[in-house]
Amino acid sequence: MPESLTLAWHQFRLERRMFWRNPSAAFFNFVLPLLFLALFGAIFSGNQKDLDVLIPGIAGMSIMATTFSALVMNLTFLREQGVLKRMRGTPLPDGSYLLGVFANAVANAMIQVTIVIVAGKLLFGTDWPHDWPELVIYVGAGVVCLASLGVAWSHVVPNYDSAAAYNNIVFLPVIFISGVFYDVDNAPQFLRDIAQALPLTHIIDGLSGALVNGRSLADNWSGLVVIGIWAAVGIFFAIRGFRWESRRA
Amino acid sequence: MEEMSAAAPAILVRDLQKSYGTFQAVRGIDFEVAAGEVFGLLGPNGAGKTSTVEILEGYRERDGGIVSVLGHDPQRRPRALLRRMGIVLQSTGMYRHITVQEALTHWARFYPHPRSVDEVLALAGLDEKRDALARTLSGGQMRRLDFALALIGDPELIFLDEPTTGFDPAARRAAWDVVRSLQELGKTVLLTTHYLDEAQALCDRVAIIKQGRIVAEGPPAALGASSSRYTVGWRSAETGDLETRQTEDPTALLHQLTSAALARGGSVRDLSVTRPSLEDVYLELTAEAEAPSNV
Repeated sequence: MPESLTLAWHQFRLERRMFWRNPSAAFFNFVLPLLFLALFGAIFSGNQKDLDVLIPGIAGMSIMATTFSALVMNLTFLREQGVLKRMRGTPLPDGSYLLGVFANAVANAMIQVTIVIVAGKLLFGTDWPHDWPELVIYVGAGVVCLASLGVAWSHVVPNYDSAAAYNNIVFLPVIFISGVFYDVDNAPQFLRDIAQALPLTHIIDGLSGALVNGRSLADNWSGLVVIGIWAAVGIFFAIRGFRWESRRA
Repeated sequence: MEEMSAAAPAILVRDLQKSYGTFQAVRGIDFEVAAGEVFGLLGPNGAGKTSTVEILEGYRERDGGIVSVLGHDPQRRPRALLRRMGIVLQSTGMYRHITVQEALTHWARFYPHPRSVDEVLALAGLDEKRDALARTLSGGQMRRLDFALALIGDPELIFLDEPTTGFDPAARRAAWDVVRSLQELGKTVLLTTHYLDEAQALCDRVAIIKQGRIVAEGPPAALGASSSRYTVGWRSAETGDLETRQTEDPTALLHQLTSAALARGGSVRDLSVTRPSLEDVYLELTAEAEAPSNV
């Protein structure tokens, strides 16, 4: 294996270890989707149709939380604390470092999606996934798209104190508009239009197809185009604006 | 005692320039650091010291001039160069939940010929802290970890930015011993410092930077003696006041004072003979309104 990939692997292992060593952060990370499931599950209980919207929706939200939000917060922290600057002075290739950080976010996303699917099955009677390739593709496209957008957005955050606000201003409107908690088709037209332009809606559609309503890849592929465009934008700005140091006063 | 060999210098800087907007931080600096020497950069904040060092370390792009570090241009940050360098920054963060040993083991992977983790832990005085999380380390212990991380790759060239700021006297001495042992191992060290006793204790040569230019350069002892006047101080036998006189050669004055004292059957009280220290030179040079040429 080329050395840069080996180093990316070791960086990934380190990032995982650092994640687990912060038990309160890890706990709240994994409890959040379960909390939403419990709350909305109780509200919708007995209404299988609403539950069928909720499970893919919460899964989509989990992907965004573990990639977009986590990277906005973590990269800002690492940059403002001087960790990125320190790494930059070592022979660890920039790409290996970032790949390790990205892989850590992906691992968390996969764990959370698994938790949501298992909880859905055990608690709310939703089925196991019907269409595994579709599930894998949409989770994969989702993590790449939202992770790159998270990295790009972290360049805009001026300091760590404001990171939560910068995250929320994107995360909260997007999860509400994209139909995490309700069927987007039920929303007014202008919100539906905005939702169609955003990547999370299509990620949730794809997850929905794989998990509940049986719409296959062939039916949903246009969503992948939207996700792909956002991913390209994210990757472009993630690389182009990358800051290894905090801005001097 | 190391000699200036005919081999290529470890660091070569010619007419280095760096501006931030309209502010010229570095206005044409020239210096060389020979392999195996400990070279100090002294200067007040804003003098261009940090910009210069960060350009050498590859953190900052220069606007003009030539820079060669171990034969490479650091601006491109080639891995071949980064593998031969160690950097101790003035302040950096660290993963909070990593142990000292884990950090050194991880960093060792970046380098082709790392030193043993146990050896570096001993060198940095962190044996007892090997399993401590980074967030539990005191300020001084964290700096020692910074040192250790810079040394784990067994670099030829080490940059130390304000290495003992915030250290208590015992830790300073320990850090100075580490730097001296680096010198004995044949490493090249470039350090920046505000502490003149540190420059005098550790450096083979020192350059004083002010307003983006080097105003003096040479061995610390020679710099201190560049204005070779002596200051002779004594307490006058007649008035009881402390007197001072500056002179190029104190011999005649001392003879005058001592023979007069012996003639009266007394002694010269509160006699002192001092030469300007590096601190005196530094303060004098950095206080001047215009920048003089290199000494």
